[in-house]
Amino acid sequence: MLMIKNFIKVKNLEEAYELNQKRTNVVIGGFTWLKMGNRKIQDAIDLSGLGLDQIEETDDEFRIGSMCTLRDLEIHKGLNSEFQGALKEAVHHIVGVQFRNGATVGGSIYGRYGFSDVLTCLMALDCYVELHKGGMIPLKEFVQKKYDNDILVRILLKKDGRKVSYQSQRNAKTDFPLIAVAVAKKKNNIFVSVGARPMKANLIEKSGCVLEQNPSEKEIEEFADWAKGQFNYGSNMRASKEYREYLAYVYIKRGVKEVLEDDH
Amino acid sequence: MIIKLWVNDKKITDEIDSDAILLDFLRDHGCYSVKRGCETSNCGLCTVLMDGKLILSCSTLLARADGKHVITLEGLQEEAKEFGGFLADQGAEQCGFCSPGLVISVLAMVKELKNPSDREINEYLSGNLCRCSGYMGQLRAIKLYLNKKGAQENEIS
Repeated sequence: MLMIKNFIKVKNLEEAYELNQKRTNVVIGGFTWLKMGNRKIQDAIDLSGLGLDQIEETDDEFRIGSMCTLRDLEIHKGLNSEFQGALKEAVHHIVGVQFRNGATVGGSIYGRYGFSDVLTCLMALDCYVELHKGGMIPLKEFVQKKYDNDILVRILLKKDGRKVSYQSQRNAKTDFPLIAVAVAKKKNNIFVSVGARPMKANLIEKSGCVLEQNPSEKEIEEFADWAKGQFNYGSNMRASKEYREYLAYVYIKRGVKEVLEDDH
Repeated sequence: MIIKLWVNDKKITDEIDSDAILLDFLRDHGCYSVKRGCETSNCGLCTVLMDGKLILSCSTLLARADGKHVITLEGLQEEAKEFGGFLADQGAEQCGFCSPGLVISVLAMVKELKNPSDREINEYLSGNLCRCSGYMGQLRAIKLYLNKKGAQENEIS
């Protein structure tokens, strides 16, 4: 059971940061996952009064406040247009509308959960996190960082013309994914992110690969085989290591074909 | 801590515990349409509207409802009765435990989606689980209800 002694709606980020330095205090995102825990929280730090529930679009980037919900990502026209609906595809399997109206982007990213569809998808994009003290760092670096007591303020997604494909597989609709794969292409560079292995998403990048020429089916298969071999897999109640590895191969292959579609 | 919120347009000011959950508060204030189901944010039985958005009251800290307008099915009696008739006609419920969550989600969907396809309906309502019906009766009822609403809109325009 989760117990909270004080609920504090902070007035600024510095206040949130100061409170978050104490181990018994916790920043609450959407509360959908946190509520499943069994712990005593001294001060629950609420960021909902800081205006971080907006998605701002500029010519170069999207600035997504950490308190934006997964539903905000799903229905944002600019995001879906820029990334060919990949973000919508990544979140719309997550439980239902009422859940996605609660779960926050900040919670998903800060938690760096193994099952996270959002993390897997964003990893394949030119994505940065803005931390109150740590400043701006690439998401792929943030994912590897140890948990600390900084405050995740925003997610920044650069408009770099990346073409993206997102796919996942579940044993039952609305369940956690048993594999999640995002493939993106920017000029001659290809990015492959695989999550729910069941470990958290990881990213590989390859430049000047099969995508330079018109690749044959065999070349795409060889690339997918190589790419899936760059990740570790594990077994749990949802799927075996071997099954996940094979699925990763299949979805990387499909993803590569999808991002190449307009080129050939 | 003291909070102020509106439940079905009735202003309530109350002193609450910091870890109080919206679901418990609503039931304590007579909103028995709000059901406690899975408590793992999955089943949709506790669905209510907060500032016009569907949320899970079992996964919402009451403190976060401070200053907000919460609507439960008790506040949507007329609309619920109308759609409930379609559910009944199609034999679309058995135990009825999930019905309040489903009905409030359908009413929200009608406002949000224009002429939804079967797939869009199923996706929108994927967070409302029903262990009795198999969903087909519900889908028939929703489509007939949408048809009627569409006809009404056409008549008005």
